[in-house]
Amino acid sequence: MATVPQTLSSTTELQSGQDLPIQVGGGSRLNHLKTLEAESIFILREAAAEFSRPVMLYSIGKDSSVMLRLAQKAFFPGRIPFPLLHIDTNYKFPEMIEFRDQYPKQIDAELLVHKNQEALNAGANPFVLGTQKCCGLLKTKSLLDALVEGGFNAAFGGARRDEEKSRAKERIYSFRDLHGQWDPKNQRPELWNIFNSKIDKGESIRIFPLSNWTELDVWMYIYTENIPIVPLYFAKERQAVVRDGTIVLVYPLDQLHPGEKAQPIRCRMRSLGCVPCTGAIRSDADTVPKIIEEMISFRRSERENRAIDHDEEGSMEIKKREGYF
Amino acid sequence: MSPVTGIGVRNDFSEFLEQNLNKELLRFTTAGSVDDGKSTLIGRLLHDSKTVYEDQLASVKKSRANRSTGPIDFSLITDGLRAEREQGITIDVGYRYFTTARRKFIIADTPGHEQYTRNMATGASTADLAVILVDATKGLLPQTLRHTYISSLLRIPTLVAAINKMDLLDYQERKFRELERDFLALAESLGIKAVTCIPISALAGDNVVERSVRMPWYTGPAVLEHLERVPIARPVSTLGVRFPVQYVLRPDANFRGFAGQLAGGVIRPGDAVTALPSGQTSRVHSIVTYDGALPEASSPMSVTLTLEDEIDLSRGDMLVSSANLPHASQRFLSTVVWMHAQSLEVGRSYVIKHCARQVRGRATVIRHRVNINTLEPEAAESLHMNDIAAIELETSGPLFFDSYERNRTTGSFIFIDPLTNATVAAGMIRENLSEKSRISAKEQILHSQTPITPLERHQRHGHYPAIILVNARASLAGRLERALFEGGFEAIVVRENSSIPTTKHVWRGLHAAGFVVIYHNPSLSAEERLDLQSAATHYFVDLAEVELPVADAEAVERIFTLVEPLRIPPRQGKSKRVN
Repeated sequence: MATVPQTLSSTTELQSGQDLPIQVGGGSRLNHLKTLEAESIFILREAAAEFSRPVMLYSIGKDSSVMLRLAQKAFFPGRIPFPLLHIDTNYKFPEMIEFRDQYPKQIDAELLVHKNQEALNAGANPFVLGTQKCCGLLKTKSLLDALVEGGFNAAFGGARRDEEKSRAKERIYSFRDLHGQWDPKNQRPELWNIFNSKIDKGESIRIFPLSNWTELDVWMYIYTENIPIVPLYFAKERQAVVRDGTIVLVYPLDQLHPGEKAQPIRCRMRSLGCVPCTGAIRSDADTVPKIIEEMISFRRSERENRAIDHDEEGSMEIKKREGYF
Repeated sequence: MSPVTGIGVRNDFSEFLEQNLNKELLRFTTAGSVDDGKSTLIGRLLHDSKTVYEDQLASVKKSRANRSTGPIDFSLITDGLRAEREQGITIDVGYRYFTTARRKFIIADTPGHEQYTRNMATGASTADLAVILVDATKGLLPQTLRHTYISSLLRIPTLVAAINKMDLLDYQERKFRELERDFLALAESLGIKAVTCIPISALAGDNVVERSVRMPWYTGPAVLEHLERVPIARPVSTLGVRFPVQYVLRPDANFRGFAGQLAGGVIRPGDAVTALPSGQTSRVHSIVTYDGALPEASSPMSVTLTLEDEIDLSRGDMLVSSANLPHASQRFLSTVVWMHAQSLEVGRSYVIKHCARQVRGRATVIRHRVNINTLEPEAAESLHMNDIAAIELETSGPLFFDSYERNRTTGSFIFIDPLTNATVAAGMIRENLSEKSRISAKEQILHSQTPITPLERHQRHGHYPAIILVNARASLAGRLERALFEGGFEAIVVRENSSIPTTKHVWRGLHAAGFVVIYHNPSLSAEERLDLQSAATHYFVDLAEVELPVADAEAVERIFTLVEPLRIPPRQGKSKRVN
């Protein structure tokens, strides 16, 4: 790797206007995680500076945890200058709620929690409605309502482009119309790291600081930065049933199907969603390095255990068009 | 070297972590015409580097729109939108990620159709390298020229020409050499020096990940091998510090930090920096991060700087090396790629976003449009979607920039339509068009049109001006001048001189400059005295009207106490150290 020693970059002896040699390998001393970190911090600061009312969608998962740490870094030694928002479907794992109620407080971040109480009162649940409709009401609708109610015109999300193929096409600043909808065929071009934050009243931008991170990057970062995560990510013996080949953890909120019987299974969650719709995987990985080791040997992508993505070819794109993160 | 990520055989895991942390990031873009096999190449890179997970493959296999005739249609891995899968084309820039033992890669996969030039420019804007697909059975097409030209325009430093479909030509060396010669000539004509041509078959996997046994005459690297080893030449060529201020951090009264991402150079505590546009200078006090203070930071790190002095600096401003200043100008020549259905109107006002700065700007002249098929310049009155042109721009406020050739961050900007908020164009600055080709901060001050207010002068001197009339005791004038001067006042004696009868202009001028004028004129008329009195904006004293001690020294001391209240206390916080 040909690099010019950094000492050449010293400016002290250089005169203004002088022709300077091309700096080969400038910045390449940063490893890929530090490069990604610098880019994400840039995005967070840029949006916080340009939007009057930003908010960070906080899903309590590993990606949110990384995004939160990046926000701490971006505004250090100050507080994070925007609130966190959790869309609580009422079907989240109790361990997630416990974590949510502790960690943001610990780092002095403001947390807002929003539920679609109307739908919940009307008895919305995935067993009756199916995952599509349930997600639409308890997540998408709830999110859009929360954004409107809070007057938020920019919302950070922890989505990564490597998660799903419609996300691969999404901008870092993803424009949403008055109804919070995404129009994939009519996206603003996004060049260099220059972001267009111009919107009219009622419109908003979803901002994805982790766009260029992969699942491996996220875990490597959690490892090197020692970032706290929900214990459900670590393997442990848990009460579960095997349903259509998926390991479903048993909680009071869930309903056992006829003939099902809970049994202890050593398992962990690879991604966190709602109790009835997020499956666990059999695993012995009870530390972050073990999770990374296990992940690398995986040949299955992380959202595979999420029912919502598999309803229909392109189902994520459809949901995103409707306003889903 | 195996491209497979991971530990494979179970070696020491900490070694793997160590290795994974030492990876570099290489961003590359891919360009090719319809049916050149670009998506197939990417699909194969992803698949063969073992990062395509089984379930993603499974979903491709069961896809209704699978248009493959072979075992797997790799293009379905990358074409993520429904319309794309249905129409069998790539519409939008898609980003893909894979990693090998040596590097992490980000691919910006851009569509090859003519109407989507803007997407190619988008993908190219952040790329360290471009892979251009050439269909060996068709040779270099107009699109090849266009893609190579856009790569050169966006200053992608390194090119790879993947000469594809060699399988259809029975892997003949002759055809490859012909295309290689033509492509190298094309690249050279566009000023691109780092070019590598690789004969491949994306479909059959020849020279994609593994070197092909079917082309023994080719001794160079396979595509992935090359991507792993090619030096990353980042075209950050201004060695001076460029630090656009994104955000001012003021968590409490004692801390004022400037947050931003270094767009060029290396910075250390103690370095002399100049703030633009104010031209004020200071030194870096510390480089603050969540992980502790740093002894040094370089591009592209995101850091927070504190300065030794409290100077005027906010979002949109730029901190730069005092020894290496960027251009500061409101007029410049740039290359633009027009990206919107609504065309450019000369003279119309657009929002220009450059670094963290937003100003209004308008095109004053379209010098020429580039004919994308011949690369010849041609006249144009307006610009349409996918046009590339050289235009002169004028902005409402100065931008602080380097040419795009020297710095891709400080040399680039976007146009936003103020009515629709759409991003309508991307611009790359070529040269400064203000009278001086390069304006230093000092020169910028010389060119400033802002008149200096009396208050600014008084603050500089540290006191308000005065006129002291000393006709009664002329011997006091010199002593008083010395005493005031030593006491921090700008004081000067003006004596009536019959040989140069212009004294009035002199004392007026000195008073306007903020001096304490000690005026001596034995033949002063009453009219003149009134003149002096009314000219004094802050303080006038005729010593003949003041009761003074007899001794000169005591008299001077007494006068000093009269002048003392003219002092302006130093501004709060000025030159106070910021932590």
